[in-house]
Amino acid sequence: MSKAGLIRLVVLVAFFGAVEALCRTGVISPKLVIAPTAMVEAMVNMLASGEMNDDIRQTLSSVGIAMGLSIVGGFALGCVLYWAPPLRRTFDPFLAAYYSLPHFAFYPLLIVIFGLGSLPLIVLATLFAMVAMILATLTGLDRIPRVLIKTARMQRLSLLAEIWHIRLPAAAPHLFSGLKLAVTYSFIGVIAGEFIVSTSGLGHQIAFAYDNFDNRTMYGLILFVLCIAIVFNLLVFAYERRLARQRGL
Amino acid sequence: MTAVRTLRGPLLLTVTLLVAWQLLHQWAGDTALTAPLPTLGHLWEMIGQKRFVPHVTETGLAFLQALAISWIGGVGIGVLLGGHKLSGEVAEPILVGIYSLPKITLYPVILLLFGLGMSAKVAFGALHGIIPVALFTMNAVRNVNRTYPRAGRSMRLSPAQTAWHILIPATLPEVFTGLRIGFSLTLLGTMLGELFASQRGLGFLLMTAIDLNDVQTILAIAVLISLFAVAANSILLAIDKRLHRGAAA
Repeated sequence: MSKAGLIRLVVLVAFFGAVEALCRTGVISPKLVIAPTAMVEAMVNMLASGEMNDDIRQTLSSVGIAMGLSIVGGFALGCVLYWAPPLRRTFDPFLAAYYSLPHFAFYPLLIVIFGLGSLPLIVLATLFAMVAMILATLTGLDRIPRVLIKTARMQRLSLLAEIWHIRLPAAAPHLFSGLKLAVTYSFIGVIAGEFIVSTSGLGHQIAFAYDNFDNRTMYGLILFVLCIAIVFNLLVFAYERRLARQRGL
Repeated sequence: MTAVRTLRGPLLLTVTLLVAWQLLHQWAGDTALTAPLPTLGHLWEMIGQKRFVPHVTETGLAFLQALAISWIGGVGIGVLLGGHKLSGEVAEPILVGIYSLPKITLYPVILLLFGLGMSAKVAFGALHGIIPVALFTMNAVRNVNRTYPRAGRSMRLSPAQTAWHILIPATLPEVFTGLRIGFSLTLLGTMLGELFASQRGLGFLLMTAIDLNDVQTILAIAVLISLFAVAANSILLAIDKRLHRGAAA
């Protein structure tokens, strides 16, 4: 392990150790934060008992659908905008300002249009996450070095071969950062929606536990959501690393 | 002519959005979506009312405080981490990790730590904004061309002169991009913070309107926030582009 990695590990362990010690000695009241080990324990108990299984399934499937739609759709729309500059010029100000819009203000409208249940949440999360993927696709395609495209011309690659062998790999780093953002935004979209108006799902259970001062359940659930997000990001990160190594970077 | 050119995209977009809004209104009916004109009229009426002003001030104040924390704190952290190589290497993956977490799940924790009210909103807004600012600043400081400070040293510049004439101009474009992204995210965070558990502010008005299913008010507030976000973002983006062009020349 590198020196920086080692120090990082020490810093993280020291941080959680300090929180643990402060919680166990009662400096930090358990009404505010419970000890990290207690969070893990709460999460394990919750998973083992299976009481949250329905909510977990509901939230994760919503997030999964939103994620899939926004990644595929965002990539496709990004490509369309890239090939049609007039369209892109029109939508550029919209895309640039998109993430400063208050999406959740439109949530009630989605409920009226799509009814109660998972559908408005999925739509909200997809709308929220897709633009990150569009922007990443555009940046990725914009930044393909000219040299590579000229090389493709020289080798007389067909359009498909050029896209598959040159353009996609060259744009991959940006596509991956778009992918990671799309995952996070899908989670935010679904869980924030469940916080505000929903009667089931992990977001609702977290809000419910908060309202009932049930800190153990709340922290257990929060830890669970964060763990899933972290694991997913690590998987993408590992895949990215492997791709980079294959190219000798 | 250039003015027409630069304005054409945004204008076209505004018209498209208004037409889409009107069509959606025709399709969904008044209970789901009020028409553009009455909504804008309602917004105008609301702005004129006395009871509306304290909510706007509350949100504005929360946002400004959060923005000050994310900008100043983010640039400070970024300069420190960019200037010291090892600490930068230690901290970067941690920062990127926190950046890609769905922070919305942490909102109950923020509420517990900061209590209901202004400080929780500020903290949540700053939490969203500070990390991108720090990451961009760190990269900007790290990527300063080594020959610049060396040239400064050969001209025997004092540290203050080096900072003013060399480091700030060299890092400004990248740092500013960070500030711009931090602006949008801080706004998002502050608004999210206001939506849950707050007693004043635009987010609170929005939630009340959602509970009452007062579509006109929901849309009016959404439009107001969107207008502010888009306007501020366009100005920042214009400055950003100018800085980058200046840096490239």
